[in-house]
Amino acid sequence: MNVSINWLSAMLGRSIDPRDAANRLAMLCVPVDSVEPLFEELNDVVVATVESVKRHPDADRLTVCQVNDGSTTIEVVCGAPNVTAGKKYPYAAVGSVLPGGLTLTARKIRGIVSNGMLLSEREMQLGTDHTGIMELATDAAPGTKLVDALRLADTRLELDVTANRPDLLGHKGVARELGASLGVPAKLEPIPDAPPEGPPPVTSNGPAKVGGIEVAIEDVEGCPRYMAAVIRGVKVAPSPTWLQARLRSVGARPINNVVDATNYILFELNQPLHAFDLAKIRDARIVVRAARAGEHMTTLDGEKREFQAGMTLICDGKGATAIGGVMGGGESEVSDETTDILLECAYFDPKRIRATRKALKLTTDASYRFERGTDFMAMPDVMRRAVALIRAVAGGDEPEPAVDVYPKPAKSRTVFLRPDRVAHVLGISVASDVAQQLLTSVGFVVAPKQNRLAVQVPGWRPDVTREVDLIEEVARLHGYDQFPTELRPYRPSSVPDDPVEPLKARARRVLTGLGLHEARSVSLVGAGEAQAQGIVNPMSLEEAYLRESLLPGLVRSAQRNWSVRERDIRLFEIGVVFHESGAGRQPDETLRLAGVLSGAGTPPHWSAAGKSQDYDEWDLKYIFGEAVRVCGAEGEIVEDDAGWLLRDAAGNTRGWARELRADQPAWAAPLYGFELDIVVGRQRGMRYEPVPSTPPVERDLALVLPPGVEAGDVESVIVSAASELLETATVFDEYRTSDLLGRSVAWRLVFRARDRTLKDREVDKIVSRVLKLLKDKLGVERRQA
Amino acid sequence: MPNPTAIEQLEAALTAVDEIATADADRLTQLRTELLGRKAGVVTKVLRSLQGLPAAERRSVGARANEIKTAIEAALDQREAALTAAVDQARERDRSMPGRPSWRGAVHPITAVVDEICDIFRELGFTRVVGPEAETEAYNFTKLNIALDHPAADMQDTFYLSPGIVLRAHTSPMQARTLERFKPPVRIVVPGQVYRRDAWDPSHAPVFEQIEGLVVDEGVSFVDFKAAIDFFVRRFFGEDTKTRFRPSFFPFTEPSAEVDAQCHICRGAGCSTCKYTGYLEIMGAGMVHPAVLDNCGIDSELYTGYAFGMGPHRIAMLRYGIPDIRLLFENDMRFLNQFLE
Ligand SMILES: [Zn+2]
Repeated sequence: MNVSINWLSAMLGRSIDPRDAANRLAMLCVPVDSVEPLFEELNDVVVATVESVKRHPDADRLTVCQVNDGSTTIEVVCGAPNVTAGKKYPYAAVGSVLPGGLTLTARKIRGIVSNGMLLSEREMQLGTDHTGIMELATDAAPGTKLVDALRLADTRLELDVTANRPDLLGHKGVARELGASLGVPAKLEPIPDAPPEGPPPVTSNGPAKVGGIEVAIEDVEGCPRYMAAVIRGVKVAPSPTWLQARLRSVGARPINNVVDATNYILFELNQPLHAFDLAKIRDARIVVRAARAGEHMTTLDGEKREFQAGMTLICDGKGATAIGGVMGGGESEVSDETTDILLECAYFDPKRIRATRKALKLTTDASYRFERGTDFMAMPDVMRRAVALIRAVAGGDEPEPAVDVYPKPAKSRTVFLRPDRVAHVLGISVASDVAQQLLTSVGFVVAPKQNRLAVQVPGWRPDVTREVDLIEEVARLHGYDQFPTELRPYRPSSVPDDPVEPLKARARRVLTGLGLHEARSVSLVGAGEAQAQGIVNPMSLEEAYLRESLLPGLVRSAQRNWSVRERDIRLFEIGVVFHESGAGRQPDETLRLAGVLSGAGTPPHWSAAGKSQDYDEWDLKYIFGEAVRVCGAEGEIVEDDAGWLLRDAAGNTRGWARELRADQPAWAAPLYGFELDIVVGRQRGMRYEPVPSTPPVERDLALVLPPGVEAGDVESVIVSAASELLETATVFDEYRTSDLLGRSVAWRLVFRARDRTLKDREVDKIVSRVLKLLKDKLGVERRQA
Repeated sequence: MPNPTAIEQLEAALTAVDEIATADADRLTQLRTELLGRKAGVVTKVLRSLQGLPAAERRSVGARANEIKTAIEAALDQREAALTAAVDQARERDRSMPGRPSWRGAVHPITAVVDEICDIFRELGFTRVVGPEAETEAYNFTKLNIALDHPAADMQDTFYLSPGIVLRAHTSPMQARTLERFKPPVRIVVPGQVYRRDAWDPSHAPVFEQIEGLVVDEGVSFVDFKAAIDFFVRRFFGEDTKTRFRPSFFPFTEPSAEVDAQCHICRGAGCSTCKYTGYLEIMGAGMVHPAVLDNCGIDSELYTGYAFGMGPHRIAMLRYGIPDIRLLFENDMRFLNQFLE
């Protein structure tokens, strides 16, 4: 919502500082997005009188004008067809800067020097008209700044009005708040040259007639109140300067006096109005009724609209002439020939308007306001002011009072406020009379009743429906900044920590400790497999599904790194993956951990001549194992063709690690990846075991493994054959030579007794038992030196 | 007749030993060539000229000549060894050579910010819980007092997965989920991903992190709310940071507030980061709306509370000076390297 500082100043009867106003409004009721001085770029433009117009001797379409700019007479070459001697136009002298940054220079046009320019609306960015220069109907003397002559000098505040405050969509509502802050009441500005306001509309609960037109409401739910006034003898023409200035100040384009008057009321009082050409109302009837499915109409914007049940139409004897509260029809529009108008001032049900504009995908200034709730109580006053305004700017008479069809008059709402509840919620006590005074300052009518305040809610505040709404009013009017920030005692939370959070933190510590950076990828992806959860209303095809796995996102991140010639990639991610579980049900969410590795396994160092070994599958296996250990499912890591799988006790695959296929540049290293379910609850606590005080005994076993025997098999035999005196068995070497049938794998066995120093003899006995069993079970023998 | 010229030349050459003792590496190489070079070395040439002498004379001159040659060679070798030792010593003592690094990993800056925020609230007794990213309309909207037929429902443009199922547009559904499961006193923070139909641009993403906070107990007031937020702002942005509360609107809080922290860059004087306002918007908040408590089966006459929601992406961008939110989703190693502790 744009508001004009000039307009607010007129309502508050004092000049307003824009910055101060913005600050007060922000702290009281509405965020201010910007404070923008208007039309500063027109400061070089002045009002000038064209004294004479001659045909250019060498160009049919051009004229040579003598222009009086208030101090001297200048020769200007003009191309506009409408330039007329004796009239006033905007003029910019040589050296002026026009909107858009063009600096004018003296220019020779077909042999004659033009000293400056007469300007069109479009050249001044005041409108779109560029068929001719802008004729000024002003009393201002030549030389007057255009911004002064047209009263354009102003400052605009852009307000970010929240959905609960429709009253702030009109200047009256904003002035009311600002007035409360400044301690002055807001009043409507007098309308220049206005006739005295006519009688109030005549209320009836059934159909009523005005100007020979019968007005009836059939759809009372969609339109509880409908007023119509008839004004005869208007002359449709451009609006006076003051009215055009008001509209321009909020960014609206002046159209004609009748339309401008309705827009003025919209921006002033937040009441959308609609003017029909009386002559175009067929069969002398206006009926407000529910739409029938399949009905259609062409709206003002030239679109053919089809209606459905639940929409409210304004119809004449032959059919729809407007979509109630949204947009009028093209046929009944006010035109230059219009002399008699029927002016509509109505209240439409916010929910119905919301449904209608959503179904039609058509949001207008009117629908926006009706959807948020207009002031149905203020309508009689609004109607009288609107009629007076139209008569002031377009002439005409109102031969009889307007009709007010109001089948079920509503009473204003009363909400009770307990002062002790104010203190309870706000934490400081606010005296009853202070609360009363604060509420009164913005239009609530307050009456003390026993221990409470009976607060009558004005029609422009549909958001205030219960006590807590009044408490908010008291808080904001008192000033949020007036409350202390004092920490008071509290009781500890009854809610325990979710155990997944510390588990995620532990996984992050382990993986960052292993040198991987934490990644965060977008969980929306372009395609999915059978179980993928799709999005009904995606923003793009690339983000139309929820991810089923983390690795594709990490592979994309690897590719991104390669695209910037980054070869060394070490990333992990913790995040949720989704699987569809049927329409109308939340998809299954599984927390996962995944990682990718590619490139140098350690940073290069000069001592190794800048070389370092790239990550390989053994790094992958180790990191995967650590990830499983810290947060994976209980189970075992088994080999498969591509790498390793984590199998849980039930045999389900709960993780995997393997080399990944990726579209990678030739210089990139292989890419390895792993992914696993994060499982809460199996993490074992750490436990101290006495640190050994006896020495270890080591034995190295270089074994020849025949084809088909794996290290894992050998190790399990070693562990089973050795006694509990075996502390660790670690592979420390592996090689294959041409003179060997198999390969040689060497283990270092460490033996220790906790209570004594082991004798070599004892260890030798164990080793020979191990060797015997290895030979018997696997055909594995000690390598002959 | 001995050959005086040859002996004299050799004795002259021997005087070079003094120079050898102090020569630098280049001069040493030069001297070795000048004296012992196989073609033009002075000593070599003299020795070669001895071939023409009678045997007896050759023996007497030759003995001296070899003595001199050996002395020069020894001097050259000794000097060379001394110079090499000096280089080795310099190499060993060059503590300016880089140490041997290992890879270290960093948590994502969003994680760092989330943890820091949650840890600050832990000082005020908040526990940390999480909830599902896909939600029902009931939890995302209606239990939070957001009527789908009211324009307030348009405050966030929401992704739908199927009828009645959405991607949560905020972490606020966890207010209702927690209040349905636990009796007050409730003091929680809820970090998590949320989704909105926003197109990618430097400050918008369709997925981003949010942290919800919720307190519900007997006697919790607007003063408690302001105090907790003010405490957080001072811990996070610095003890002398001012906090500003402005009226706002959220269907699930009443009174509602927008919270601004004084700009940490200009300290309130105005700069481009705070768009010359001196303040940065950091969260939406307010007192829990009684309708939310009622919807969750909690007596809203007896219990009151406050709630807040903030965006770690925005806060991380402000804190680290990150100009474009997309950098936080690309996982560029050069970017992540900057967040090593
Ligand atoms: Zn700043």
